[in-house]
Amino acid sequence: MSFVRESNIVFRRQLRMNLRNPAWVLIGIMQPVLYLVLFGPLLKPLVSSFDTGTDNAYTFLVPGLLVQLGMFGAFFAGFGLIGEWREGVIEAERVTPANRSALLVGRLMRDVVQLFVQSLILVGLGYLMGMRGDALGIVYGIALTLLIGGACAAASNALALTTKSEDVMAPVINIVMMPVLLLSGILLPMTLGPEWLQNLSDFMPFKWIVDAVRDGFAGDLASSAVLWGSVWAVVLAALGTWWGTATFRRENA
Amino acid sequence: MITARGLVQTFHTGRGKKAKEVHAVDGVDLDVAEGEVVGFLGPNGAGKTTTLRMLTTLLRPTAGTATVAGYDVVKDSVQVRRSIGYVSQVGATFSGAYAGDEVVDHGMLYGMSRADAVRRGQELFEQLQLDGLWKRMPKNMSGGQKRRLDVVMGLIHDPTLVFLDEPTTGLDPQARANLWDHIEGLRSRLGATVFLTTHYLDEADALADRILIIDQGRIVASDTADNLKAQVSGDLVVLEVAADQVTRAAERLGSIADGVEVDGLRVRGRVQRAGRVVPGLLRDLESAGVELDSIEVLRPTLDDVFLTLTGRSLRDAEAGETEDQTEGAA
Repeated sequence: MSFVRESNIVFRRQLRMNLRNPAWVLIGIMQPVLYLVLFGPLLKPLVSSFDTGTDNAYTFLVPGLLVQLGMFGAFFAGFGLIGEWREGVIEAERVTPANRSALLVGRLMRDVVQLFVQSLILVGLGYLMGMRGDALGIVYGIALTLLIGGACAAASNALALTTKSEDVMAPVINIVMMPVLLLSGILLPMTLGPEWLQNLSDFMPFKWIVDAVRDGFAGDLASSAVLWGSVWAVVLAALGTWWGTATFRRENA
Repeated sequence: MITARGLVQTFHTGRGKKAKEVHAVDGVDLDVAEGEVVGFLGPNGAGKTTTLRMLTTLLRPTAGTATVAGYDVVKDSVQVRRSIGYVSQVGATFSGAYAGDEVVDHGMLYGMSRADAVRRGQELFEQLQLDGLWKRMPKNMSGGQKRRLDVVMGLIHDPTLVFLDEPTTGLDPQARANLWDHIEGLRSRLGATVFLTTHYLDEADALADRILIIDQGRIVASDTADNLKAQVSGDLVVLEVAADQVTRAAERLGSIADGVEVDGLRVRGRVQRAGRVVPGLLRDLESAGVELDSIEVLRPTLDDVFLTLTGRSLRDAEAGETEDQTEGAA
């Protein structure tokens, strides 16, 4: 019980600070929105040749942008944590009897809520631009986005508390994100590529997740991509949470 | 209230051939009784903050044991955290949040109800002269106000033992004197036991019943400020005379003082109990025909104590420890 209560205290504190500075929520969603508006039109004449079960450029693009939002948006969550650490907030919280995992979980709750709001904006905007999708599949896609968003936010918080430096964290995130972005088929399907590239992308969990969300939007919730994507999302969420809590629980952090 | 035996903290720095063990704290024994105000003094890098972090459960000791407020810091760390307040060097509040909100959330993490935390927070704001700043952000507060807010954060759950880490570092003299009043109030008004680290001698002198001196990870002294000063052999007497009388003045002072030195027109030496011997010295100087331009009697400072105990002055010790800045970050 006290774990839930403590997580809630941390969550409400974080949410209050976010609401006081809502610019971050908007900055976070700028990137996918720009892709949607400026890149989406480029896909229109191409999408029918993709063989991904849809002729609608936005139905193809929005799922990828959702996953991208989940990964990128959440990965930057840790930067706020470094600021808090520098001002002594983390240490002050760690000297209270509150459960240390609750200090992380409260922050993840904020990240997931923020991501949820951003996802709704993105899907709503996509719909206005002509995206069409299966209602249940869209719900599934957003759920999957939140799951990997939570995983990435946990990893980002763990990385932040380990490095304690924006200067170290930014390049690390860049190094990790570039291959993830290129091998996930977020902007163009991997099936367009040569065989070696397709084989390589099979090792990229996020590619399966993007495919799963795409199949969901297309209404094909029984596909093998949905199965693999869901499994990967759960595995990543478990890994991220494990790393995050381990870092927060470590005695000397 | 605090009992520590053989506390050790070893950090590993570097990798491969550069790897080395740093004994930040190297076998600290200390006892603090209920109601005591103890000053923990030492140069930067001596192990003050590391010791404090072990006593406040933020850092697990590499070896040794410590009981704080009746609980073991490793086995019953949650009970220890419930009983102590900690005012860290770096602060405790986010610069862009309302001060009052931060205090209430902090109290709630200690298990207080929102109503209790608000009530207690407002009382403390008043006591620490922060009235009207409940909805102020720390980034818009003065240094002194921010430090007092940190103290409020540390006191919100009415701890019986309060740890203060370098509470007045970076404050201007006025804010410092003001904070001293409040620290004194912790015991007189709240009945708390206080353990504060400082590298200001006058601060330990002004606030603490007893002073612990730590150097290179070990406690080198534990006593009242007066007793520590008594260990330094005597008070310093400084005479200033005309150039042609320096030798004679040094001779006369030498008859009662140790280690007489001449520095230009100044003659200095240490005597036991200056109050008793100075009148005789004055008569002696007069009959020897020495005319004084000035005479000064200086009680020993804690800097002198540190010098006597370690052979180095506090300032030298700090200059030599620049390499050991990892302590605060660890």
